[in-house]
Amino acid sequence: MKIVVCVSHVPDTATKVKIGDNGKTIDPKDVTYVVNPYDEFAIEEALKTRDAVGGEVVVISLGTDANKESIRKALAMGADSGILLKSDSYRDSLSVAKALAAEIKNQEAQLVFFGKQSVDYDAGIVGQLTAELLGFNSVSVVVDFKLEGEKITAEREIEGGREVIETSIPCVITAQKGLNEPRYASLKGIMAAKKKTIEDKEAAAAENYTEILTMSKPPAKSPGKILGEDASAVPELVKLLREEAKVI
Amino acid sequence: MANNILVFIEQRNGEVKKASLEAIAAAKKLSGAFGSEIKAATIGNEIKGLEKAAQQGAASIVHLKSAELLNYSTSAYADLLNNYIAENDIDIVIFANTAMGKDLAPIIASKIDAGIATDCTELKVNGDSVIVTRPVYAGKALVDVKFTSSKKVITIRPNTFPLGEPVESSVEINVMEQSNLNLSSKVVELKKSGGKIDVAEAEIIVSGGRGLKEAENFKLVEELADVLGAAVGASRAVVDAGWRSHSEQVGQTGKTVSPNLYIALGISGAIQHLAGMRSSKYIVAINKDKDAPIFQIADYGIAGDVFEIVPKMIEEIKKIKEN
Repeated sequence: MKIVVCVSHVPDTATKVKIGDNGKTIDPKDVTYVVNPYDEFAIEEALKTRDAVGGEVVVISLGTDANKESIRKALAMGADSGILLKSDSYRDSLSVAKALAAEIKNQEAQLVFFGKQSVDYDAGIVGQLTAELLGFNSVSVVVDFKLEGEKITAEREIEGGREVIETSIPCVITAQKGLNEPRYASLKGIMAAKKKTIEDKEAAAAENYTEILTMSKPPAKSPGKILGEDASAVPELVKLLREEAKVI
Repeated sequence: MANNILVFIEQRNGEVKKASLEAIAAAKKLSGAFGSEIKAATIGNEIKGLEKAAQQGAASIVHLKSAELLNYSTSAYADLLNNYIAENDIDIVIFANTAMGKDLAPIIASKIDAGIATDCTELKVNGDSVIVTRPVYAGKALVDVKFTSSKKVITIRPNTFPLGEPVESSVEINVMEQSNLNLSSKVVELKKSGGKIDVAEAEIIVSGGRGLKEAENFKLVEELADVLGAAVGASRAVVDAGWRSHSEQVGQTGKTVSPNLYIALGISGAIQHLAGMRSSKYIVAINKDKDAPIFQIADYGIAGDVFEIVPKMIEEIKKIKEN
């Protein structure tokens, strides 16, 4: 089976966000970019599935040459080949989804994995947008995945529990932490990845339907009171929560 | 442009979700400026509490009903909602940013070719434009986003838009029985995680971190949470260590939360954790290191030993609750 996994290349979660001079994006200076953490679970599940049912895993990433680092990482973990959909300018989620859907269609993939959201813009929707554009089934925020023939049984996280969902391929799955333990790339894997191909393609054009006007820092929270250093401060704390904050 | 607004009213187990009523409160910010109506649509079997949607300001309520719709189905719900949107000439669709809303909203956006913005914390109209504010980088920054498409899909962050005072309403609930559902994807089982409150929905969260020293000591966190009727949260460090389940993780690779009260026990406040909880209304930190970053955003702190302080908190709060 042809399996596609879509990865994004994002600032590490330890990044201190500084707003760029344009007032619309972060300042990329001194920022370390990594594979989107949720995409690692997507990659792992794609590899596990391929190893179980056979076929190949194609990694797709939309962005600039810098994204090849993340594609390369997926190849080092064991994916078979990569595609960079080149796109220089900002695209909103639907525009990204349209470009990905065009390529996934071209690949004739039956199963597509995404991370449940990328940790930069946090929209958490590109997987399902893409699924619907392709006319595929979809299950989002997946913590357990099983494929038997064409049948999929997946568990997704909801408030206070999980939903067990039955559907079938073709399908898009968006991965949540807990789905699996992503493997580390072995030295052999890293060496092998160097020989695997990453194809450059122009991302299909698609208009943005949303525009970022400004990016700003959230209002600074002024540090509050340290009430004490031991349990003797507790009565005052409880009194403040009750009378000043009125939250208990 | 008519700017007809639809709010999707989510039900779970036949009960209307509060976050959906908050979505009506949010929708009013647009309907007021556009002079348009708010329609509400819900999907499910028997549903209790729909009158609350009318009391919050919905001008009409449609209940698309079938026994097969008791549980969520991405395919069936999306098809029904899509039909409703087409038949009622809807321009703006608003969902609560819940597990269901987050799943359904993008499917609808693709179906109707709409711009989409999720997890919004503010909505406004500027001239003819709809502008929303949403957190990015797990709340380390905010963006103002303008829609440039005529169709728009918005999800709003729960616990952010206060409900209005309920008003008298004579709106009737229009129940429409549904058949021939598209159940190509369906829920076959629900697994509850112990009947506890979920961090994403809780008004109070008590979270624990590495300062608790070992997994077993989380019983202190659970006990304080029980006394307060709160959810239990956890830092990434303790989730990665296998002490707690990922569903409890607060922070950039866990849940972003904004409860009324967030109590951090033995959490130093890594940047990715702070990002996920900084929009809480009140933050309390108990940590033995008085230089821990968590104190930079805490409203109240005690720089001391959690094992000494938390039992005392439990005792004091119990006293209040008993009176």
